[in-house]
Amino acid sequence: MPKDGGIGASTKRREDVRFLTGKGRYTDDINIRGQAYAWFVRSDVAHGRIDRIDTSAAEAMPGVVKVFTAADFAGVGGIPCGWQVTDRFGKPMQEPKHPVLADGKVRHVGDPIAVVVADTLEEARDAAEAVVIDITELPPVLDMKAALSADSPKVHEELSSNLCYDWGFVEENKGAVEEAFKAAAHVTTLELVNNRLVANPMEPRVAVGDYESHSGNHTLYTTSQNPHVIRLLMGAFVLGIPEHKLRVVAPDVGGGFGSKIYHYAEEAFVTFAAKQVGRPVKWTSTRSEAFISDAQGRDHVTKIELALDAQNNFTAVRTETYANMGAYLSTFAPSIPTWLHGTLMAGNYRTPLIYVNVKAVFTNTVPVDAYRGAGRPEATFQLERVIDKAARELGVDPVELRRQNFIKPDQFPYQTPVAVVYDTGNYHATMDKLLQISDRAGFEARAAESRARGKWRGFGVAHYIEACGIAPSNLVGQLGARAGLYESATVRVNATGSISVFTGSHSHGQGHETSFAQVVAELIGIDAGQVEIVHGDTSNTPMGMGTYGSRSLAVGGSAIVKATNKIINKAKKIAAHLMEASEADIELKDGKFTVAGTDKSVDWAGVTLAAYVPHNYPLESMEPGLEETAFYDPSNFTYPSGGYGCEVEVDPETGKVTILAFSAADDFGNIVNPMIVEGQVQGGLAQGIGQALLENCVYDENGQLLSGSFMDYAMPRADDLPSFNVDHSCCTPCTHNPLGVKGCGEAGAIGSPPAVVNAVIDAIHRAGRTDVTHIDMPLTPSRVWQALNA
Amino acid sequence: MRDFEFVKPATVADAVKALAADGAQPLSGGQTLIPTMKQRLNTPERLVSLTGIAEMKGVCKGEGGLHVGAATPHAVVARDAAAYYPALAALAGGIGDPAVRSRGTIGGSLANNDPSACYPSAALASGATIVTNTRKIAADDYFQGLFSTALEEGEIITEVRFPIPEKAAYVKFNQPASRFALAGVFVAKFSGGVRVAITGASNDGVFRWAEAESALGANFAPSSLEGLNLSGDDMISDLHGTGAYRAHLAKVLTKRAVIAAS
Amino acid sequence: MAKVSMTVNGKTVTREVEGRTLLSTFLREDLGLTGTHIGCDTSQCGACTVHVDGQQVKGCTVFALDVDGADIRTIEGMANKDGSLSVIQQAFQDHHGLQCGFCTPGMVMAAASLLAVNPKPTEAEIRHHLEGNLCRCTGYHNIVKAVMAASGQDVGSIAAE
Repeated sequence: MPKDGGIGASTKRREDVRFLTGKGRYTDDINIRGQAYAWFVRSDVAHGRIDRIDTSAAEAMPGVVKVFTAADFAGVGGIPCGWQVTDRFGKPMQEPKHPVLADGKVRHVGDPIAVVVADTLEEARDAAEAVVIDITELPPVLDMKAALSADSPKVHEELSSNLCYDWGFVEENKGAVEEAFKAAAHVTTLELVNNRLVANPMEPRVAVGDYESHSGNHTLYTTSQNPHVIRLLMGAFVLGIPEHKLRVVAPDVGGGFGSKIYHYAEEAFVTFAAKQVGRPVKWTSTRSEAFISDAQGRDHVTKIELALDAQNNFTAVRTETYANMGAYLSTFAPSIPTWLHGTLMAGNYRTPLIYVNVKAVFTNTVPVDAYRGAGRPEATFQLERVIDKAARELGVDPVELRRQNFIKPDQFPYQTPVAVVYDTGNYHATMDKLLQISDRAGFEARAAESRARGKWRGFGVAHYIEACGIAPSNLVGQLGARAGLYESATVRVNATGSISVFTGSHSHGQGHETSFAQVVAELIGIDAGQVEIVHGDTSNTPMGMGTYGSRSLAVGGSAIVKATNKIINKAKKIAAHLMEASEADIELKDGKFTVAGTDKSVDWAGVTLAAYVPHNYPLESMEPGLEETAFYDPSNFTYPSGGYGCEVEVDPETGKVTILAFSAADDFGNIVNPMIVEGQVQGGLAQGIGQALLENCVYDENGQLLSGSFMDYAMPRADDLPSFNVDHSCCTPCTHNPLGVKGCGEAGAIGSPPAVVNAVIDAIHRAGRTDVTHIDMPLTPSRVWQALNA
Repeated sequence: MRDFEFVKPATVADAVKALAADGAQPLSGGQTLIPTMKQRLNTPERLVSLTGIAEMKGVCKGEGGLHVGAATPHAVVARDAAAYYPALAALAGGIGDPAVRSRGTIGGSLANNDPSACYPSAALASGATIVTNTRKIAADDYFQGLFSTALEEGEIITEVRFPIPEKAAYVKFNQPASRFALAGVFVAKFSGGVRVAITGASNDGVFRWAEAESALGANFAPSSLEGLNLSGDDMISDLHGTGAYRAHLAKVLTKRAVIAAS
Repeated sequence: MAKVSMTVNGKTVTREVEGRTLLSTFLREDLGLTGTHIGCDTSQCGACTVHVDGQQVKGCTVFALDVDGADIRTIEGMANKDGSLSVIQQAFQDHHGLQCGFCTPGMVMAAASLLAVNPKPTEAEIRHHLEGNLCRCTGYHNIVKAVMAASGQDVGSIAAE
């Protein structure tokens, strides 16, 4: 039984008290005296040429401070892209300009054209209606395949086409993969759509810019998952503000799920405008605005083929994917369909030959970037769907087909044919655990009970692999990343022994203030209440890369371990001095230093006080103080995996799918706080089930967003979901980080969509409708009914 | 939203006076109107709140059935109509969500006549009488298509009178995002016949399904609906379902409503 | 501008507001009670849920002037008198019923409203009651568990972890 507050304990979250009493401090809760309000005038057409902007009437409106257009941003850099993908011919991707405000053309509904800054928000909105914008509409580019035809209109005139890149992976395997397909005993083919999603964290984005003319210091308060990344991108590439003159603060942030990673035009705008108008400038997104300005997720159209030999062994996988980039390249967009997708196409299987082709396409839609899982859900969905389809075609149990092809427990570390090396895993164990906790054995009886009520019951499984904690920096640099992917921590021990930890990770729901403190408390053996976690402010935390890709504990936590170990090493030297013993004999346990084989001891606070009041201290060989910084750059990704099982009931009369049970058996390696891990999985499952059954971002033929509010974009609600059966008892610790942890934030969203769809297809097949082999997500009542009545 | 003058009269007479001004609009629960105003799709110069008028609130048994004050929130109807007209109470208890039911009112819903709202189907299937400050309007004459009613400018609903059927049920199939009715069917069996009103589905708003009414009038059983079909041609087609799907759903829900009422 | 008075968390407040001032704006901007959050503009998310005369209401979909004289309760008024967490708040912490915290005030207000009329709700009743409160983090599992626990019921009936 782990000690409360230590590693392995379900310690209650300390951050909850402020959130439960209304004392959280989110960006929209920040008002700076004298602030003005910004309202963005956005394009209401998908594609058009801006002929004229007349701001004079708006400028004369009450309360208006200034109206900004692209002309005010001459000489200011555009929004940068943080990843350059090289195509299959060795050429860099096509990278269009991305101005802060639309310059000459608008490229998606929501593209910002002008901004009114006024004394009050309502005055800004009133004046926004008086900004005159003449636009000549151009034919919108929407369908990805049509966008690549020679006669398609271009989203960006300066590019040669709408193709961002044509990527092949592993290009050298292409010929061998083709040979394997020729030799296959069976080939299963599946064409599918991975539906476009909107992240929709409950807190919309907000940015407040402030400027001090006497010092030249800028401050940006923003809803970000990674304030240092914003400082670097915005400071260096957009506004030319050096880091020491730019402070970025991301206070309490109400969820992100990827959508708050990126640097957005609105952040650059308020920072720039605050200096221009000499007042703080605040922008708060409405939800309607979020739907047309937050980067969206997924949107892949894929054909996947699976080759099997006569014994049903997988011999090759080949895919062709069209990936929608939207109108501009969001910060990490190019990496999602490539390095976060192609490298995962081995799944949990021994498939020896894999070739992935991805064509990334510009369209007149909102930019697409990472959303919870980012590339890995797309990979998992294709693979787990095509395997299920193959099992049905071959008349074998989908579970057994998977098991037969799983990488075996004794094959780790396992080099896949798509570049990555899985350090640990035991997929047979997670699958077995899944079948046990989901009571697959009792399924037939439950199905009979459903049949008696006129309902069709089905059971679907999926097994996923995930690559988390994107790393190492030198490798991702070779792959095109324009940033490092390490993490940082400063551990500052105070004189009386309490500890402040400054982390480059950012918590926006993950509970770092609790779990990171557990790590430090465990290592030193003190009470977790003695440890405070500080994050989210570039002025007091070391340069870090933030939180996404399930990386915080695996990378950020490892940096904290490294820094804490430096502290312990120095503290042992001080303790050795205080007890006149050899450093090699000093042991630290439960917050007390002892000398091995003696009864001499000094407690933690005794040592920390000596560090800051160095009266009896080896000043000749050691500096006073007890504060250490560490940067941790991992040597590999981490590879969580798991088996997911979904049990559904289909109402054949209406097409409605009800999820009766959902079980997840994950292997996350070691776990610091099981309660938080379970919460992360449950939340991920809800988003994955949302993708599978409810959520869909739909544009009409003119590029208008039809699902532009919660009235038409179906968010999962409490009564759409069952309680979840979550297990994490399977554990193969990561071998290359000090905590042996793997990351758990995205797993639920990765493994669940194929499990849901497989379950629905299973239900339909059991009812005798074997002609229905696939339904594209989301499996809404209308779509299921349509499939059954085609 | 644009600013406006807010007035809150205590009597129907004062409300009618306040509404005579140019640009004046009534405000009931506001659960539809306020979001519309936020989008600046509706910009009244004066809002006349009807929530402070005691004579427009409450549920009681009266002449010709159940009388529901127009400013009565859904939550109150769900609670207070249950003993008299359970199907109506159940419908009210399924509108929106608990917070919407605290504020939203029957009068507001009927005056707006959203094609996906629940209440119009209850009023039409029950053969209710819409009582206004000037007259009584039969439900059959009141609903005049999408967001369109028999109400004149400045006329406000004060009460709705529901004849109480022998058997009735409302079955709603949610639009997955908004939770409005993708289709909703209210079936009411009176001694003199059966009325079936369908909401959520048609381009023309709530409507009665005559063929189903006569079939069910002859034999109030789901089997009576075999062979009957609604056309999808006049049904709403959107990202949540085609007209054909809505037409199909309406039939399925009618059967289920008959079963629930039986 | 017109004068509005109401009782908020037991204290009487009077301010001058515009007709268009929403209750949620009044609470956040005029009174500085920023625990009431704004998560949408279509009256769907429920992050702004407060109690008006004991009824659960979306603060973003009612005008401040329309609740003149009313008794308002917000998340800031939910803790015990001594400042400790109320039973419902404590259950949310005990059962990890929140992550980012943004929907949490609305969830707590909705849960309190449910338990006031239905002290021992079933899991289905809890899920149904919370349909107007969106949470993007938790998948609702632990919120349902917290409400169940706050009602004094065994949470073993919620699927095991």
